[in-house]
Amino acid sequence: MNLTNEQMQRYSRHIILKEVGGKGQKKLLSSKVLIIGTGGLGAPAAMFLAAAGIGNIGLVDFDTVELSNLQRQIIHFTDDVDKPKVQSGRETINKMNPDVNVTTYEEIITAANIKDIIKDKDYDFIIDGTDNFPAKFLINDACVMLQKPFSHAGIIRFKGQTMTYLPGKGPCYRCVFQTPPPADAVPTCKQAGVLGVMGGIIGTIQATEAIKYVLGIGSLLNSYLLTYDALNMEFRKIKIPHNHKCGVCGDHPTITELIDYDQPQCEFKR
Amino acid sequence: MKITVNGEKITLEKAVTVEELLVVTHAETPEYVTVQINDEFVDRSDFTDKLVNDGDTVEYLYFMGGGSL
Repeated sequence: MNLTNEQMQRYSRHIILKEVGGKGQKKLLSSKVLIIGTGGLGAPAAMFLAAAGIGNIGLVDFDTVELSNLQRQIIHFTDDVDKPKVQSGRETINKMNPDVNVTTYEEIITAANIKDIIKDKDYDFIIDGTDNFPAKFLINDACVMLQKPFSHAGIIRFKGQTMTYLPGKGPCYRCVFQTPPPADAVPTCKQAGVLGVMGGIIGTIQATEAIKYVLGIGSLLNSYLLTYDALNMEFRKIKIPHNHKCGVCGDHPTITELIDYDQPQCEFKR
Repeated sequence: MKITVNGEKITLEKAVTVEELLVVTHAETPEYVTVQINDEFVDRSDFTDKLVNDGDTVEYLYFMGGGSL
């Protein structure tokens, strides 16, 4: 595959970077990234990945666009209210960059379908843009079992966190958080609120991790939890060890099948 | 004794357990926080016995949902 003249122009600011170059841009164009959740985190991640020329983007979301989403979910517009989010997301990406093939999965991820979704296009990297702990643990466990790298993130109020899992290179999400908290034990965005830009900052870091992974450059957030406090404008990069007692990636895993935790989805019905 | 909690240096009059530290530092949702001392996880079952020592670096790792929807 050679870059067209139009692609040389579109990606010229990438190509001029010695860490990317024409070779790196071709890698991006042939890469496949799955984004689970096209909300606060997934929307900005999807837009920057699309702009960067990630050639194949999968979008997973079962929900439709609501007016209250638009304060932060910048891939959706006012005219998109009531549309399925994956459709709205695909339309925005198609308008932005015709180089990107978008595959949509309008479904809730479960133990029964998540591995098939990841294996559908044999995605290179997965972005967790979900808002609820059952989904976060499901994505973690599926990625550990399939040995797929992924980026975890969460946002609430003025705070955010993110970490990257690389198979065999550091901890997974479950190493840090053994099991989901009980429903309503930890506040959700709907209950507690979230500053709209939080997803932009943290989701864009997730996109950065995906791009660096595909290019094989720099160091990723494997073995680190990055936390962000917008009120104090403070980032902290906390080193985290692999947990040998981890239920899914420890020395003696007890979790060998995916689990659908029986917990209501955050904001699922209102 | 002096310890560091979430990057901030604090001074305590005497050694405390992890459980006591969570109280005096007003940890949010202490029932669900993951605690790490000097880059090692502390088992929740050890919170009542494990002492925090002078010079220790303690991190509270919190659940954070949010994102989609």
